[in-house]
Amino acid sequence: MVQMRFIQAINKALFEEMARDDKVILIGEDVEASIFGDTRGLIERFGPNRVRNTPISEATLTGMTVGAAASGYRIVLHMMFSNFIYTGFDAIANQMAKLPLMTGGQISLPITVIASYGGGRSTAAQHSDTPYPVLMNLGGLNIAVPSTPADACGLLKSAIRSNDPTFFLEPGGRGGEMGEVPDEDITVPFGVASLPIKGKDVTLVTMGSCTKIVLETAQQLISKDVNPEVIDLRTLVPLDKKTILSSVKKTGKIVIIDEARDTCSAASHISAIVVDEGFQYLKAPIRRVTVPDTPMPYAPNSEKYLIPSVERIYKAVMTLNKSY
Amino acid sequence: MKKLPNNIPTKDELQKMFRMMVTIRETENTLLASNKAGNTPGQVHLSNGQEAICVGISSHLTDEDQITSNHRGHGHFLAKGGNLKAMFSEIYGMADGVCGGMGGSMHVADLSKGIVGANGIVGGGISIATGVAFAKKLDGSNHIVVTYFGDGASNQGVLMECLNITALWKLPLLFVCENNGYSEFSPTKTVTKGDISMRAKPFGIPIWQINGNEIIEVWQTGQEAIEHIRSGGGPAFIEAKTWRQSGHFSRENLVLQKPYRTEEEEKEGLADDPIIHLTPKIDGAELIMKEVKDEVERASKAALMGTPPASNAAKKLMFSDTYKGYY
Ligand SMILES: Cc1ncc(C[n+]2csc(CCOP(=O)(O)OP(=O)(O)O)c2C)c(N)n1
Repeated sequence: MVQMRFIQAINKALFEEMARDDKVILIGEDVEASIFGDTRGLIERFGPNRVRNTPISEATLTGMTVGAAASGYRIVLHMMFSNFIYTGFDAIANQMAKLPLMTGGQISLPITVIASYGGGRSTAAQHSDTPYPVLMNLGGLNIAVPSTPADACGLLKSAIRSNDPTFFLEPGGRGGEMGEVPDEDITVPFGVASLPIKGKDVTLVTMGSCTKIVLETAQQLISKDVNPEVIDLRTLVPLDKKTILSSVKKTGKIVIIDEARDTCSAASHISAIVVDEGFQYLKAPIRRVTVPDTPMPYAPNSEKYLIPSVERIYKAVMTLNKSY
Repeated sequence: MKKLPNNIPTKDELQKMFRMMVTIRETENTLLASNKAGNTPGQVHLSNGQEAICVGISSHLTDEDQITSNHRGHGHFLAKGGNLKAMFSEIYGMADGVCGGMGGSMHVADLSKGIVGANGIVGGGISIATGVAFAKKLDGSNHIVVTYFGDGASNQGVLMECLNITALWKLPLLFVCENNGYSEFSPTKTVTKGDISMRAKPFGIPIWQINGNEIIEVWQTGQEAIEHIRSGGGPAFIEAKTWRQSGHFSRENLVLQKPYRTEEEEKEGLADDPIIHLTPKIDGAELIMKEVKDEVERASKAALMGTPPASNAAKKLMFSDTYKGYY
């Protein structure tokens, strides 16, 4: 194990995967200078054939990615801020998510799209979205949402090795957070949640950018003799239903924390699954802590108000059962 | 490519433009200082060195003419008559900001002044401007629309689509490409092929390629291009060459590993300054500079005294029609 920053863990995965397989190609706007630091140094090591700065042409970049992936390359497309996914959305929704099916399985698309998501830094509404709900809804894309450096490294390796298109969404502004990352070449499988805290009183389901505050809330709850079980999903597609349901079976209560806007969020989808398949375990209503259905404001206090916080999660848990 | 016109601005006009250019420069410098002092919640993209373009163009516009802009939009906003203090308040995240503190630096807009807005999406303003121009045409007015975008934005396919529609429907839109040599940290030539203005050629749109650091050249060309548009001739295209004196954003040196411009380039670029070029032609330039400095400082200080918007401000602004009376 070595201590490294989130951004270094992503960088490590990219270095190792590019060294492992020379079909891995990285493209994106300013991936050489690397504004977040995650693609830093790759141009020096792998050269311009494998690491390319592109023009600002997202609609073409996503389409090109499909074409190059269908022609035998493993493409990593860095889209910088996740809002720019929208600028390239047509080829994502109409091509990337659909061609494996529409060609009767002739095409597989080993694509990894990297983007930084989420708010909290006054980047305003066009640089702070949490876009995985729209991506989840397309039905043909894997979605990884790491919350620790080790998961970031392991999930990115899985994404690059996968023959299916995958979105790898890094929580924005967290590049400096430290964590232990294995030295060895370890992948994190898709569809397997982690359980950073085991408990019996209430299930807290979290993902990506929310995990840090959920763990903080969990500590507060523990100090009040409430023992939460924390499930960090790690991937939203595929979704680890089994772990969620078996935890709810034990606790009877669930709060889902998600930085997406509430309507059709990952949280609301998970709620539906728990009602469908775990209704008999529930001892209280399901609670979602999400972002209200509005774009992100710029002013720090107005933005902060909308994003899930320790206080909101704590309150949601406490309203579930007076007997805590 | 159109030849440069030879009309000349009056002394008064020139002095007015000088004052505005200095106002923009002083504002950008103040914003950088505020950013360093922790007074801008977000980052700022400064337009130092590019002031002559929007000032020269805007001197031919009225409040009924409209503009769209990009992430580097403080100058566009001020030159079009946007309020200085209201812009500072916006960038400081205050309730009395021109967008109520909801938009910030990359999104300053003032519809009452024809400023449809800056934009955080590169290329995002171009199609909006095309729609505004469509509305102007439907109105049967002779008001026009200007869209400012960078060399980097010209690689968004939407530019081609807007060139086509505006030319086909003869919409009153002036495309102004501010070619400042960089697209973030990439030199333009490493990501852009050919002359950007030539992209308008197959559509039969008149094109001017100018030195954007010479205010008189911008003013002259702007007048001719805008006359062409006002008289119903359809869109026009100006590519103004300039140089981005500041970084891509305020504190990029904190995240970048190494410089992407040579010291020599920096030196040459800073010397080719539109304000330095204009200063010898202005009587009392020093006094103007001093007055502007005081004015900008006052506006910034007043803005910092503001109060932030209500925490729940955002929700009240959305679906204002759908949920009328609901909140
Ligand atoms: C759709 C989209 N893609 C990428 C970005 C990130 N980005 C912001 S500014 C910029 C460069 C823009 O260059 P240019 O249009 O030349 O304007 P300049 O910054 O030089 O004024 C990029 C890539 C963005 N904001 N929007």
